[in-house]
Amino acid sequence: MISNAAVNAAVDAALAAIAEAVTTAALKLVRSEHAGESSPLSKLNALMRSVPGNQKAAAGKLVGQARGAVTKALTAREDEIGTAEAAARLLAETVDVTAAASAWKAGARHPTSLLMERAADVFVAMGWEVAEGPELESEWFNFDGLNFDEDHPARAMQDTFFVEPTDAHLVLRTQTSPVQLRALLSRELPVYVVAPGRVFRTDELDATHTPVFHQIEGIAIDKGLTMANLRGTLDHFVQALFGPEAKVRLRPNYFPFTEPSAELDVWHPTFKDGARWIEWGGCGMVHANVLRSAGIDPEVYSGFAFGVGVERAVMFRNDVKDMHDMVEGDIRFSQQFGMNL
Amino acid sequence: MRVPLSWLGEYVDLAPGTTPEDVHAALVSVGLEEEDIHRIAVSGPIVVGEVLEFVGEEQTNGKTINWCQVRVAPDGELAADGGPAVHGIICGAHNFAVGDKVVVTLPGASLPGPFPIAARKTYGHVSDGMIASARELGLGDEHDGILLLKNLGIDAPVGTDAIPLLGLDDSAVEINVTPDRGYAFSIRGVAREYSHATGVAFRDPALALTVVAPVTRFPVTIDDQAPIRDRIGSTVFVTRVVRGVDPTRPTPAWMIARLGLVGIRSISLVVDVTNYVMFELGQPLHGYDLDKLAGGIIVRRATAGEKFTTLDAVSRTLNVEDLLITDESGPIGLAGVMGGASTEITSTTVNVLVEAANFDPVSIARSARRHKLPSEASKRFERGVDPRVAAVAAARVVQLLVDLAGGVADDLGSVYDVAPAPEPILLPTGFVSGLIGLAYTGDEVRDALVQIGTSLVEADGDLQVTPPSWRPDLTDKWTLAEEVARIVGYDRIPSVLPVAPPGRGLTRTQTLRRTVAQTLAATGHTEVLTYPFVSEAANNLFGVAVAPAAASVVTVPAGEADADAGVTDAGAASALAGSVSVPVSVPQMKVANPLDGEAPFLRTTMLPGLLQIAHRNRSRGLVDLAIYEQGLVFRPEPGVTYGTPVLPAGGERPSAEVEAVLFAGIVPQPLLVGFVLVGNDVRHQPNQPAVAAGWQSALAAVQQVALATGVRIEVRQGLHPAMHPGRTAELFVTVPGAATAAASTVSVGFAGELLPTVADDYDLPAVVAVAEINLGLVFGQSDGDLTVTPIGTMPAATQDLSLVVAASVPAAALRSAVAEGAGGLLESIVLVDDYRGAGVEPGHKSLTFALRFRGEERTLTAAEASAARLAGVALAADRFGATLRE
Repeated sequence: MISNAAVNAAVDAALAAIAEAVTTAALKLVRSEHAGESSPLSKLNALMRSVPGNQKAAAGKLVGQARGAVTKALTAREDEIGTAEAAARLLAETVDVTAAASAWKAGARHPTSLLMERAADVFVAMGWEVAEGPELESEWFNFDGLNFDEDHPARAMQDTFFVEPTDAHLVLRTQTSPVQLRALLSRELPVYVVAPGRVFRTDELDATHTPVFHQIEGIAIDKGLTMANLRGTLDHFVQALFGPEAKVRLRPNYFPFTEPSAELDVWHPTFKDGARWIEWGGCGMVHANVLRSAGIDPEVYSGFAFGVGVERAVMFRNDVKDMHDMVEGDIRFSQQFGMNL
Repeated sequence: MRVPLSWLGEYVDLAPGTTPEDVHAALVSVGLEEEDIHRIAVSGPIVVGEVLEFVGEEQTNGKTINWCQVRVAPDGELAADGGPAVHGIICGAHNFAVGDKVVVTLPGASLPGPFPIAARKTYGHVSDGMIASARELGLGDEHDGILLLKNLGIDAPVGTDAIPLLGLDDSAVEINVTPDRGYAFSIRGVAREYSHATGVAFRDPALALTVVAPVTRFPVTIDDQAPIRDRIGSTVFVTRVVRGVDPTRPTPAWMIARLGLVGIRSISLVVDVTNYVMFELGQPLHGYDLDKLAGGIIVRRATAGEKFTTLDAVSRTLNVEDLLITDESGPIGLAGVMGGASTEITSTTVNVLVEAANFDPVSIARSARRHKLPSEASKRFERGVDPRVAAVAAARVVQLLVDLAGGVADDLGSVYDVAPAPEPILLPTGFVSGLIGLAYTGDEVRDALVQIGTSLVEADGDLQVTPPSWRPDLTDKWTLAEEVARIVGYDRIPSVLPVAPPGRGLTRTQTLRRTVAQTLAATGHTEVLTYPFVSEAANNLFGVAVAPAAASVVTVPAGEADADAGVTDAGAASALAGSVSVPVSVPQMKVANPLDGEAPFLRTTMLPGLLQIAHRNRSRGLVDLAIYEQGLVFRPEPGVTYGTPVLPAGGERPSAEVEAVLFAGIVPQPLLVGFVLVGNDVRHQPNQPAVAAGWQSALAAVQQVALATGVRIEVRQGLHPAMHPGRTAELFVTVPGAATAAASTVSVGFAGELLPTVADDYDLPAVVAVAEINLGLVFGQSDGDLTVTPIGTMPAATQDLSLVVAASVPAAALRSAVAEGAGGLLESIVLVDDYRGAGVEPGHKSLTFALRFRGEERTLTAAEASAARLAGVALAADRFGATLRE
């Protein structure tokens, strides 16, 4: 007999069971018991055949709505339990993210290399090109062609490494300046090149010296270049490298390969030991004899050149207190820099 | 060059209170770089005292010491130390008498040492201060007794502060004089520069003297038969004679103090005077004992093998380039470098011949270097001495010997002077402004040039500029431009960024070098920079080529196996022993003047330096290492002579032939990358077992280089004397378009594990993975014109393939055979397993590959994929006897 009471009782029992189910498995059982073929509602539905025709519509509606309500409750509860169980599963997968194993080693570049690349980038961005030369060099490129007379006191001052036999006149270059000559001999004018590289002097390693170090050389030869252009280039360079507050000061000095010559000091508020002028390198207008060594007429062309120390720049830029750290290859040193300067 | 401020102040007015720092700042602005500040390390109270009485007291050791009462302040006043006007002082010296004025250092004073003075109990008295000797005050070496002021010609009231009295309150600035500015090796020259820097007036001491020409000629002959570089050895030679010098006269305290500040020890009055005038005027001077001279002076070059004993009592064998001062007895001086012992000024010298000469810079520089005798004189001559100052300096010495030593100026002397007058330089109008980039006015240019001592003549609007005699560095219009810029001030030069023509960016090689460096760092390798100095043995061990291993199995020729060894790898062991013991000598360059005698050779390989760094890191507790370095090595070809015996002159472009010889004379210096990996690649961590570094780590690094450059690096089994015989790979790149198959692959390096004995030599653990690649050769194959293979979008068919082959077959060779046999449908083949053991015949291995096939235009059927796979198997079977492992 399909009665309101019977239907309601079946629905109430089903909804209560659904609400009680807390796991997917329990809900499956409830679905079978209260919505399955042998459930009270199915049994009531089976009685439809015996319902008189004039009552069929009402009874059908009653049972249909009841079954709909139970199915809807089941679906809702299923979603609820599924969500909760998924959340619980994820919670169970909790790890200690601070204890992650790494299959990667920490690698790093050496700051000397990074600084040379960065400096080169500044010049390449201005249209300059990067030039290179050998480290074991002919004395002609290192000295004679650069206006170091064989008897000039400056040549004896250079603390040069010679190789045997010394009358073959090969030296470990004492400066990157021989690249100037190579560039002038091998390139079409005008020439604007920068040459980062390794150089050698017979200085014992101590807190501020190393026999093997790096320089960045620049040379520009064109018609009408002036010392003001030199200053302009250096201003741009130091600001690009050290920051917009960096300043350049030129002091009179002497180098065989430039005339006029200047000592290049650089200033920045955040340098080690505070804002101060630091001697960084030499520069000047390329000596007429250097141009002549490259077959260039100094009455037609002029130009400037500069050379700065890379290790020195890393030291005052990054507060490196001891040259030993720069050259000993302790991986902790490079790893402070990582991949960037 | 050190410049005492009191001395500088004689030729320029120093504002009251001028500090050494002020002087430095002024001099730096005109290009005389600051070096240091020197002060006499004496502080007061140090006063003039008078000995009132003293009592000699004999001591138990036999010595007599004096208990002195010394007045150190006027009667009724307190002494400078706050004590009584009369101090009781113990003194061990005996060279004084009652009434002598002495220098008393009172308690609280400090003498050089530092030697602090305090009242102290000694010899039964409280000695309330000290009576000082000259040496104790830093005034020379005199220490035979106390300093008596009367001996210095000083009579000052008791209590006078002795520090200014003796010139002990002076200080000196030390500046760096560049090689072009020889004139600044004198107080005269520095004062001139100080005047340029500050605008104060300069009083030239050279103009303050009256030079009297000698009447009687002392015979001097300049006989240079072999000028160096066509320059006569001596262009000026002035002599003057002073007679009747009193050798017992002391050098005045002020002179000793100044000489001390410039770094010169007081020796004797005559020598001190010549040194003093050298510093004052920049003219090196030499005094001879006239009575020891035999006849006149001849200046000539030395003869071959000629001997000469210099002042320092060393007998030297001379070179024919050495310029000599000689008399009838032979050499008496090595010109401009050092005098001789035979005519030296001594404590008995009364008649002095003063020499003021000008010698050729090159001649003096070579002699000083040849005999390793750099001196104050040679330093000045090398840089150029004002030829016009010689006669002045000689006159100044005469004046000082007359004033201070009681000598009498003699009319004997000589003046030889063939020094050329400076040539005028044409300075076109506008040249300086055009070069510097600053519009100087005509007055600025003229004023600056006049200030530095040039004389100017206007010529058609341009200037004819004649440099002063002391500026041999002014040789062309560029040097004049520097002077104008310097005197007006470098800080006036504006900043104008020039515009370069469009550039092409980094070259391919430069880009690749960076990409390799970045890639290696990004994949866990740390860049280091090593010194390129190694031992010959290290080059010989690491710097040799890898030998190909015919196969990884070494066959032992019949009858050669050592029966007693009786082990299966006896062959490998003997091959190994053989490869190590073969004496090899790698061509290499030796540094003539190395810093480290143990490592005088230039590296031909990156590995020795990297292994040392690995050891250093491990000794500091950093045990897991993957380090690399990119750099040049020095690889002379066997039998090739490098360099050039003669260098072309600078200042003109060498001929094309000479230029070609210069370039050809350079030793090949290829760019390499080297690796050392030791310890763990991955360390032990939670859920992560440790992964030890080994041969595979080295090959992984090699693979990173290949990936970074886009060049395929082929790996083959190899042998190398420093390397594990079974764990060494030789690396190859393929060169397109080679004439022969053999030439189509080029060996570019090696990778693997070191021999354990080699690792042990570097104090490293038994397993050390290393690799070295010639990047130049690799970069050469990265030409950047890759043609892209179209990307197929049809579904892929994947299959696995297990093949059994002899263990000696390289996996790479098998893989190549399968790939070649499978043909174009095979898109990818990857080795995924190497199995040996149950189910696989001994001496064999089962290699499993994952294959991926794909059709270009349609989905492959399973049958098509299988057919391709079997074609691969067939070729593998054909080449290596591979069988399918089902």
